[in-house]
Amino acid sequence: MRLRELAHARTGDKGDISSISVIAYDPGDFAFLAEHVTAERVAAHFAGTVHGKVERYELPGLGALNFVMHAALGGGVTRSLALDAHGKSLSSSLLEMELPDPQARAGSASGDASGRR
Amino acid sequence: MKTVRIGSGAGYSGDRIEPALELAERGDISYLGFECLAERTIALAQQARLADPEAGYDPLLEARMETVLAACIQRGIRIITNMGAANPHSAATAVARIARRLSLNGIKIAAVSGDDVLARITASPHKLMERPDDTTASLDGRIVSANAYLGIGPIVQALAADADVVITGRVADPALFMAPLVHEFGWHMDDWPALGRATVVGHLLECAGQITGGYFADPGYKDVADLARLGFPLAEVGEDGSAVITKVAGSGGTVCLQSCKEQLLYEVHDPARYFQPDVVADFSAVRLEPDGVDRVRVSGGSGAPRTGTLKVSIGYRDSFVGEGQISYAGAGALARGKLALEIVRERLRLTGVRTNELRCDLIGVDALHRGPVGDAPHRGPGPAAEPAEIRIRVIGRTDSLAEAVRIGNEVETLYTNGPAGGGGAFKSAREVIGVVSTLIPEAAVTPTVSYQVA
Repeated sequence: MRLRELAHARTGDKGDISSISVIAYDPGDFAFLAEHVTAERVAAHFAGTVHGKVERYELPGLGALNFVMHAALGGGVTRSLALDAHGKSLSSSLLEMELPDPQARAGSASGDASGRR
Repeated sequence: MKTVRIGSGAGYSGDRIEPALELAERGDISYLGFECLAERTIALAQQARLADPEAGYDPLLEARMETVLAACIQRGIRIITNMGAANPHSAATAVARIARRLSLNGIKIAAVSGDDVLARITASPHKLMERPDDTTASLDGRIVSANAYLGIGPIVQALAADADVVITGRVADPALFMAPLVHEFGWHMDDWPALGRATVVGHLLECAGQITGGYFADPGYKDVADLARLGFPLAEVGEDGSAVITKVAGSGGTVCLQSCKEQLLYEVHDPARYFQPDVVADFSAVRLEPDGVDRVRVSGGSGAPRTGTLKVSIGYRDSFVGEGQISYAGAGALARGKLALEIVRERLRLTGVRTNELRCDLIGVDALHRGPVGDAPHRGPGPAAEPAEIRIRVIGRTDSLAEAVRIGNEVETLYTNGPAGGGGAFKSAREVIGVVSTLIPEAAVTPTVSYQVA
């Protein structure tokens, strides 16, 4: 199952730092996302793009994770050679991340495989 | 409980014009903010001002004011904007000119200045936030602008002086929306929780359509109706700093929990410490609740004492960039695209074009995202599908404009010297103004407000 089925996301940029929020459609999926969408996995997902550390902040009240990725924008939005200098498209790319199958989601409050609504 | 209604008329310099008029005419608002000043924009504006002392403010200032000024003045709506960019005083003069032309004589226009700290920054080395081991000395002679992010102080002062329009240069983006709240509710400048909640409201409004369904739609997952008529947001803010985010009834878009959550975290790093000139805002306990159709209630923001330092954006002449693109289609398009990239790399070597950084993209394959997932134009296991068409892009950083021009030329000459069927070539070359940041003590900056009557 792809992350896209459980969460939506938005990218922001400041200098050479890209931040991506990953927000559960169903807040009941937050614990599952927190377990599987780790800073390490996000760093590996963007290995070809992000060259610095990846930090994660948790917002259980919003059902959201906030990833802060350093050295992610080719030296900064204003001087990046990338087609998408702001990294706006990275959020959709992150939603491609593969997660364990729904059957394996022990401990998740929602049994709904689609989980989107 | 007293409520103040504030609208957001633009989320960036080039944003749509008419949603602001819709807010003015039908939003029942008292304030209309326009956030139009991106990081680099002020450096470009500074260069424009050097060429012409009357220039250096936002190129769409006149168009926006001609559209909304009469509607706002008739209803007593006060306008606050950072469209002054590098020249708030000339921007105020331009607004006064428009006001007289529209027979709005007598309105009061405030210009906030003091954000320009170029003299201070160039006088001594300052540590760079992006490169802690480096200082502004490494940018010797190349600095073109330095602007401190001012807080709400001078805007509140202008509102207290009954300004109808307040025009600033560089201020913190949320300050455009926080200032009217502090003015209306009389919050003290050391009421950190109140200033934190005001920051939440300002942050949610500052990108305009990004909270009403723009930068959001994903068909089948997040459907948004009528994006061509996207309504811009307004906040109904109460004395306790809680607010409802909504938009004009009948406008396009959506205000929902999902859009509000995305915008709350947009460009935020540590949600518990969102640094502003006036407060360190805390978004970590913000609550968002549905409050009817296209209405979301926001509460629970907080704040801690400000740091006493101001962030300064420094624009500097960084480098030159040259770029070329060309497309291939049909069977073997990917192979021809890859061959084209090889040829251009070889040509740049043969002809001695020195690049400090060179990037070769296959648009449609790896231009946006490079990595374990992004390398292949397919989903899941199995061989990569051959793309029906491919566009190559070569872009390089050089020390001179002449060398930058040659990069695009080497792509364009693929027309007659490269792989079969290359079409739609494009080339460009430009100077890059980079932006770095530093911190200075707030006491080093003296904001000033001047007034003109139309």
